[in-house]
Amino acid sequence: MKLREIRDILNAEVITGDENLEKEIKYAFAADLLSDVLALSRGPGALLITGLAHPQVIYAGNTIDLGAIIFVRGKRPNEATLQLAIDNQIPLLTTRYIMFETCGRLYQQGLRACIEKVKDGWG
Amino acid sequence: MAGAENNISFHAMFHIKGGNFTDAGSISSQVKKFLKGAGFSSGVIRRTSIATFEAEMNVICYADRGNLSLFIAPNFLKVVVEDEGIGIPDVNLAMREGYSTANEKIHEMGFGAGMGLSNIKKNTDEMILTSKFGQGTHLEFVISLEGKDRLVPLFSTRE
Repeated sequence: MKLREIRDILNAEVITGDENLEKEIKYAFAADLLSDVLALSRGPGALLITGLAHPQVIYAGNTIDLGAIIFVRGKRPNEATLQLAIDNQIPLLTTRYIMFETCGRLYQQGLRACIEKVKDGWG
Repeated sequence: MAGAENNISFHAMFHIKGGNFTDAGSISSQVKKFLKGAGFSSGVIRRTSIATFEAEMNVICYADRGNLSLFIAPNFLKVVVEDEGIGIPDVNLAMREGYSTANEKIHEMGFGAGMGLSNIKKNTDEMILTSKFGQGTHLEFVISLEGKDRLVPLFSTRE
């Protein structure tokens, strides 16, 4: 699914990364816990769906080569977060949908999870 | 632990200030940038970056100060993190997934789920963690280099 489609499905605003709207996003991951993002994300180029908007989201995103980040519940990054995203070339979007709705709408349109479930005994 | 010190072809050291949440993640970001520039494969970069990020967060969340050193030898990458601070009373318990002593501030940042140390172990080939309660913690981990990652050319330097 292209980033442009994700924007349209979620009625989202592109905060930075307009030039990357043709980017292909294959998988997504939703979390408000960065430890989970680091531990469970698979492969580069995924979409992170989160309500966290501080700079560590970008640092963590850069660590695992995220394709894009969409903030839910209308969250917006501060200046420091935005600048880091620009420096690391990670597109940022924001939608007013809550996380559950955001995931549901993208799933319905064919986007799938980075990982379906964890192994037995995780955590 | 792998490799004698005289095989090290590159060494860089970074200072980490405990409690400095504003810049948390910046050192692992620098390490990643360097490894990328040096030409390592995406798998090696990713595993090293994730483990380094978690190690950096641990110093920021739980210690007063620390140093993170990156060593590169022909056959492996090694990261050593030494910190001064409260230390870990029970290392075995700390290694257990889900065990955490994180406070509210750390949780607000999206960390403190008790996954960091096990995540470091999962992403590395060797890991050693020792701690003196009330003094500090010593962590080191190694990522073995295979195939073309062994051929990455590096100049000798010291920061």
